[in-house]
Amino acid sequence: MITAGIDMGSRSVKVVLVEDAHVDGAPKLKYIVRKTHFMFPGDLDADVAADKAFDTILESAGLNRSQVDAVYATGAGRKMVNFATDSVTEMSAGAKGAAYFYPSARTIVDVGAEEGRGIKADGDGKAIDFAGNEKCAAGAGSFAETMSRALQLSLKEFGEASLRSDKSIPMNAQCTVFAESEVVSLIHSATPKEDIAKAVLDAVASRVCAMVRRVGIEEDVVLIGGMVHNPGFVSSLKNAMGVEQIKLPDIPEYVSALGCALLAAEAKN
Amino acid sequence: MSIETTNSSAGEVKPEFWRWQENCWADESKDWRSAKVITVGIDVGSVSSQCVIVADGELYAYNSMRTGNNSPDSAANAFKGVELKTGLTLDDVHMVVGTGYGRVNVPFSHKAITEIACHARGANYMGGNSVRTILDMGGQDCKAIHCDDKGKVTNFLMNDKCAAGTGRGMEVISDLMQIPIAEIGARSFDVEEEPDAVSSICVVFAKSEALGLLKAGWSKNKVVAAYCQAMAERVVSLLERIGVEEGFFITGGIAKNPGVVKRIEKILGIQAVSTKIDSQIAGALGAALFAQTLVQKQGPCKPVALAA
Repeated sequence: MITAGIDMGSRSVKVVLVEDAHVDGAPKLKYIVRKTHFMFPGDLDADVAADKAFDTILESAGLNRSQVDAVYATGAGRKMVNFATDSVTEMSAGAKGAAYFYPSARTIVDVGAEEGRGIKADGDGKAIDFAGNEKCAAGAGSFAETMSRALQLSLKEFGEASLRSDKSIPMNAQCTVFAESEVVSLIHSATPKEDIAKAVLDAVASRVCAMVRRVGIEEDVVLIGGMVHNPGFVSSLKNAMGVEQIKLPDIPEYVSALGCALLAAEAKN
Repeated sequence: MSIETTNSSAGEVKPEFWRWQENCWADESKDWRSAKVITVGIDVGSVSSQCVIVADGELYAYNSMRTGNNSPDSAANAFKGVELKTGLTLDDVHMVVGTGYGRVNVPFSHKAITEIACHARGANYMGGNSVRTILDMGGQDCKAIHCDDKGKVTNFLMNDKCAAGTGRGMEVISDLMQIPIAEIGARSFDVEEEPDAVSSICVVFAKSEALGLLKAGWSKNKVVAAYCQAMAERVVSLLERIGVEEGFFITGGIAKNPGVVKRIEKILGIQAVSTKIDSQIAGALGAALFAQTLVQKQGPCKPVALAA
């Protein structure tokens, strides 16, 4: 059986196909590594983008739509996926997907482009509580993105630069818009880029951490979403949360889409 | 209005849509030389700085300009504008009061007073003593202030954590839409039907929403209308927390944007008290009026040099 999960984020579309394979009679789900990551370039409407992303993944897997038993959608634009058989919340999808990699996951931190959230999981892949940040870009990926642009660094350089700093410069501004001016004035006062990058990532981490604290921090902590690729953020978050280790899945931005596909498969079985 | 330009690092000249025109004004019907008491109020804000001259308790002259990269210079430049226009020097001034974000950094001031007290005092002068609720929409914060008939603050609330509902938020949209900030108001009414608001909390989200709406075929004017509505909703929620009493007055740069003001009035069902005086000078005006009262009580102060 093949199921699909599609995560319609605010910035990109992620699709994952899952095929269940029976090993020694034990039903074990195994996902076929076929994933696509879509930037919204602007000329595509959300429903068209979803269609395109789905067709692309099917083509690369050599499948057609009738061979897919169920498609679950999640993310901010989940209602725009016309071909989805059902939709689930980002919390359910995130918890399920994280448990696939780390069954011991109790706290899942999901930092996307425009939303950050903390999810409390029951150890069985089920979300039992969450706290999110839906009204403000501080504490989300776009905050870091805006600041890296102000520093004229790529996101990768930005994350790496922050690791080279051991200074803690507090950022006064909470708002992304104000923080941008603050970063500019730090640049003008000849503060090294490394220190500014760390200040920014510390600020995002502390905002995210404040959110996660509302559901309680319990190990294991798993971080999902694109910010996993930013080692500076991971380090700042670890400090802010005061935990030994934050587990990082291999394909962090696809975790929610994977969770969706797994939920679809379970519902079918 | 003309759009000022700046040289970017690449050397190209790009228009700055978000800038309000700087302006300097003096009451030609009066002569400061015949005034008994002359005081100066300097408001060094996060975005703009103003200098106001009050002669015998009456507004005489002002200068409003962009805040530069350091407060002492911005304060001095604001004063120099008036000096040039009227020939008045610091030696002729009996007291200088600083206010605003950079109030402790005005080298030639005798005293610093918070911008909240100054805005209430300024609004009391500009809108009359029936003013009870003041909405100050500044460059980087937004304040709702209650005052009594003397312009004394009785209560206030402020938002300085979030750019939504501040001038900075409007600048971001003005720049994104490439519409000069002074035209935003008029253009926001040039729509066939009034759209729903975009995100009224986060400017970053409002920005991406606005881009999405443009792509969906909305006209620039309609997007601007949706943003003005969002900003109005945002500040009304702040006002409602403190309560709105009749005698409603708006100060700060946004007061010059009818696109936001009319929408706030519509939501509240109250007309804002109107004034002919530039709403951006309220803080500096209040500071100069405080100085006037202090001079009457304590006598004039010794002049301080313009530069520290």
